[in-house]
Amino acid sequence: MSGDSQIQKLRKQYPESTSAVLPALRLAQEEHGGWLPPEALREVADALELTPAYCVSIASFYDQFRLEPMGRRVVEVCTNVSCALAGAQQVVEAFERELGVDAGSTSVDGAFSLGTVECLGGCGWATVVAIDNRHRLRVQAADVPGIVEEHRGG
Amino acid sequence: MAEYPQFVFAGTDGGAVTRIEDYEAVGGFAPLRKARAMAPDDVIAELEASGLRGRGGAFFPTGRKWAFVPKPDQLPKPHYLVVNADESEPGTFKDREIMLRVPFRFLEGCLIAAHAISSQHVFVYIRGEYEQEFEVLRDSLEAMRKADLLGGVTVVLHRGAGAYICGEETALLESLEGKRGQPRTKPPFPAIAGLYAAPTAVNNVESITTVTSVLELGAAEYAKLGVESSTGTRVFSLSGDVVSPGNYELPHGITLRELIYDVGGGVPGGRELKAIIPGGSSTSVLTEAEIDTPLDFTSLAQAGSSIGSAGVIIIDDRCCMVQLGIRVSQFYEHESCGKCTPCRVGTRWLTQILQKIEGGRASQPDLDLLLSVCDRILGKCLCPLGDSDAIAVLSYVDRFRDEYQAHIDLGRCPFDGESSLEGVLAPSAMHERHGNHRVVSA
Repeated sequence: MSGDSQIQKLRKQYPESTSAVLPALRLAQEEHGGWLPPEALREVADALELTPAYCVSIASFYDQFRLEPMGRRVVEVCTNVSCALAGAQQVVEAFERELGVDAGSTSVDGAFSLGTVECLGGCGWATVVAIDNRHRLRVQAADVPGIVEEHRGG
Repeated sequence: MAEYPQFVFAGTDGGAVTRIEDYEAVGGFAPLRKARAMAPDDVIAELEASGLRGRGGAFFPTGRKWAFVPKPDQLPKPHYLVVNADESEPGTFKDREIMLRVPFRFLEGCLIAAHAISSQHVFVYIRGEYEQEFEVLRDSLEAMRKADLLGGVTVVLHRGAGAYICGEETALLESLEGKRGQPRTKPPFPAIAGLYAAPTAVNNVESITTVTSVLELGAAEYAKLGVESSTGTRVFSLSGDVVSPGNYELPHGITLRELIYDVGGGVPGGRELKAIIPGGSSTSVLTEAEIDTPLDFTSLAQAGSSIGSAGVIIIDDRCCMVQLGIRVSQFYEHESCGKCTPCRVGTRWLTQILQKIEGGRASQPDLDLLLSVCDRILGKCLCPLGDSDAIAVLSYVDRFRDEYQAHIDLGRCPFDGESSLEGVLAPSAMHERHGNHRVVSA
């Protein structure tokens, strides 16, 4: 199914078509390799009779939308209070060492983006690490080399 | 640990009930049939009698909320039920476990609630980060559709995209309408003019799931558990410096001591309990001296705090309370939607003053300024986000004033680099330090 017909299907779920903007942007982001290039914003805008500028105003408000290219795998470590008490900062630093990138950046080969995020809602299973939005629970710094190995090349 | 009656998690035996036949085998969908045989007003009366109050944090009586929704003949517009599954309050992780383990009880509650407010349209606004939870709900909903249980009601699972503010009900409605999630001015309240300016009830996941239990047990039976101001059970999320963190469904009125020591196994490594955040990071901190406080609405209010979302964070004696203030304030600063100036400017200002105190650069007037900024946020915004930061920070200074004073008197952090939160960077700070998602070239 083309992007547009999928968006039209999403749109039918709602009494007003603008409501479909979040799911449509999510879909467009998935289809454009994990970010929203200008043509993706144009597609969503056209499908929902909005403007690209409106779509940017939405995408920039919500943390899960990306307005710049991301690595093939996106690693996000929660550093909110409960994860921090369990050693989240050490987990972040282990990922920085293992991936050779600072948190907030993407490796030069485009394999990984490393970021830190606010509470992922897994405080009792700290530290929570999201890899492509899949949550790994109870991660400790010592687990990081194995996790990176598992996701390399994929 | 004592055995406590389970309502939300009944029939799960510690696991998940994700097959429709398994759910029916433990009595599933009988409450729905019972509700549909009742007049909507009678369902509302049953909820009022049960004493069930909202589990999202505001503790508003569920039945009364539904009673505020006009009858279809009073306001002939579509009526909407919107379920707030945008769980994002730091320390809180109960709703995701409810959706994963008892998805049918939750969806059944949605249908009972829809019947009570004469709605044919349910939207479940689920936080974007909850991928697995979304999939479980989607599959469960499909199974219910095939079993012909929806009764003409459409249930749309709507995924958020990463914004704490969308847990505030009017911001959630804005977001569901395809806008930036910024809170609305109230009144009008959602019951009158909510989604698409039509009558709308907004309820939390745990509240809705408990609706099923109330219909199953009957209001009188349900209200027997808990205490007068807070009937029934609550799913407490326990995290932080505790031996056995996790979600525990316990009767309201259990004390913090019982939760931390009997249920949670105490503080690890023989360390001392220092502080307890009882209801998510928005609530006032309590100290070790207050651990005999019962966990119910009234008792926590009397202790100067709040049961909030029942996300209980345990903090041991290694933690610097100024660092805690910084990390909590950074969260609210990051999540402020920017609509109201006291919140947008104030949360950032609080972080900066706290960093000055932690860095040993503060003098006495800075502490006064910190309290004064809190005062200038409190009650001056459209929603409670800015207040949450101010309430938390004020409580840290109130309960741990000596520690704040020591930072100023010594001109450095008395933990000397040994605090359990030492060096923790919030996403905003970390990404500022490194540049925003730049591609490294070497």
